[in-house]
Amino acid sequence: MASSHHQPTDGRPAPPRQPDAQPSLGEILRRNGVSRRGFLKFCAATASMMALPPSMAPAIAKTLETARRPSVIWLSFQECTGCTESLTRSFAPTVENLILDTISLDYHHTLQAAAGEAAEQAREAAMQANMGEYLVVVDGSLPGPGANPGYSTIAGVSNYDMLMDTVKGAAAVVAVGTCAAFGGLPKADPNPSGAVAVQDLVKDKPVINVSGCPPVPMVITGVLAQFLTFGKLPELDQYNRPRAFFGQAIHDRCYRRPFYDKGLFAESFDDEGAKKGWCLYRLGCKGPMTYNACATMKWNGGTSWPVEAGAPCLGCSEPDFWDAGGFYKALSVPPGKPGDTLLAAGAAGAAVGLAAGVMGRRKVKAAAKAHRTVTADELEQKL
Amino acid sequence: MITPMEFLMWTKGPLFQLALTIFALGLLARLVEIFVLGRAHNYAVPRGSAVVGGLRTLYKRFHTDPGTFKSAPFDVVVGIIWHTGFIIALLLFIPHVELIKSTFGIAWPALPNPVVDAITAITLLGLLAALAHRLLHPVKKFLSTPGDYVIWAVTFLPLLTGYLAYHRVINPYPLALGLHILTVEVFLIVLPFTKLTHIFTVWLARYYNGATFGRKGVQS
Repeated sequence: MASSHHQPTDGRPAPPRQPDAQPSLGEILRRNGVSRRGFLKFCAATASMMALPPSMAPAIAKTLETARRPSVIWLSFQECTGCTESLTRSFAPTVENLILDTISLDYHHTLQAAAGEAAEQAREAAMQANMGEYLVVVDGSLPGPGANPGYSTIAGVSNYDMLMDTVKGAAAVVAVGTCAAFGGLPKADPNPSGAVAVQDLVKDKPVINVSGCPPVPMVITGVLAQFLTFGKLPELDQYNRPRAFFGQAIHDRCYRRPFYDKGLFAESFDDEGAKKGWCLYRLGCKGPMTYNACATMKWNGGTSWPVEAGAPCLGCSEPDFWDAGGFYKALSVPPGKPGDTLLAAGAAGAAVGLAAGVMGRRKVKAAAKAHRTVTADELEQKL
Repeated sequence: MITPMEFLMWTKGPLFQLALTIFALGLLARLVEIFVLGRAHNYAVPRGSAVVGGLRTLYKRFHTDPGTFKSAPFDVVVGIIWHTGFIIALLLFIPHVELIKSTFGIAWPALPNPVVDAITAITLLGLLAALAHRLLHPVKKFLSTPGDYVIWAVTFLPLLTGYLAYHRVINPYPLALGLHILTVEVFLIVLPFTKLTHIFTVWLARYYNGATFGRKGVQS
């Protein structure tokens, strides 16, 4: 009984899926002590996050209650496990956490007990049992097809081969974290391992990018909840991110925004402005170019978020954020030393101007010297 | 293919350095040449101070000449509006002050963003009105060269792209910001070699004019 809906941690292939035999999400939540009230609150929050009218919350609840556990294969490539940490290390078991518990996480390096061959067998078994229906979650970038595959392998299989093989039977791919979504740190200049993002390789399956370093936990579960509820992909932005979570800039939803508009800034991390909670733009905040849900959903169960803690936004949910200039340099400040360039070029320009001026003066002097005076008589003789 | 962030870093990095180099080199070359060439020696006995006359005219040209206002009120009013707006948007917008601070090491207080936003909108309308007037006024149209229209565009685009970036009309944001910086770089590069040089030479011209008259003792 237990083996039918628990992770195959002993390495044995998972048995074929029997939807009717599995408990629904609602049953599992109740078994885990989540009240009806708590569950409905989560559904209402999910509805508002997805920019749906509140009237949709009961529909979400109804669908989620009866939803069956979809098989999820979680592939970890060139990553730091921060995304998994974000997802699992909440303060208390939350509804989000339990939602995640109820998906059939058939393969996940960090969370599964099996190792080595047994673990790989579990992945293959889950793929065969749920062909065409399972979700592939990827965290981490991977060396592209042209790069040395040796930079990252699992059980002797290159990340590239494993991704392409696993994705073949997937319903959709969710790239969790900025590394999987956009390449992230491994792809940062000079990108020694030839890292690429999932969407650079997977072209024939829908790819949802849940970026962030790490992403807000609620965003990860929200995307999964939406997939469970509607069985389809959320509306995506130009970077294939769910618009419901990545539709607005941090800057536009930041509670410190009034200080920006008034021109009140913290100039250092411990000055009067910092203590008064003024805008962190001058300390390098990338809020104006960063689209994420931090300002509205916050972190650690809604406790706080980086800007509230006094740290400028690093722009971690945006492509190439590692290479976007210094973290602590204001957004409008260029890299390098423009002042030195200006001085050097100005000096060179002054030298050119000096030379041109001197040549001009010489020309005037030479013309004055060559000037011959004529008398009226001489002119008359010429006529 | 170049990503929006690569485009932004390219415009903020190497292209900005290139634009600054051409701007500083060209401008200083032109200004220093003007200074070195100097002015023809005047052998007449001075009747007044050239310096006082020069400084006075430097200021007094801010007062609109009544005759000019009577004959071309549109040019005076719209001209003052958009020139002032341009300078405010350029020098009193918070991110611009940050850029100036990082380049020159000096900074000053900026205006609140909504104020700069409104002024930018007015400036854009002023520039559009100026273009319309140039196209509709027969004499102005006759006198306009293709270069005049190019310089109008070079002036208009930094304001427009800045306004669009601020209001997030162009997406993604790195592309919007990169486009804004790119148009400013075009402005910087052509500045020393076109009539845009007047931003700097107008002060020389005013001073020389005033100095000439001051020396002659003209009571102006």
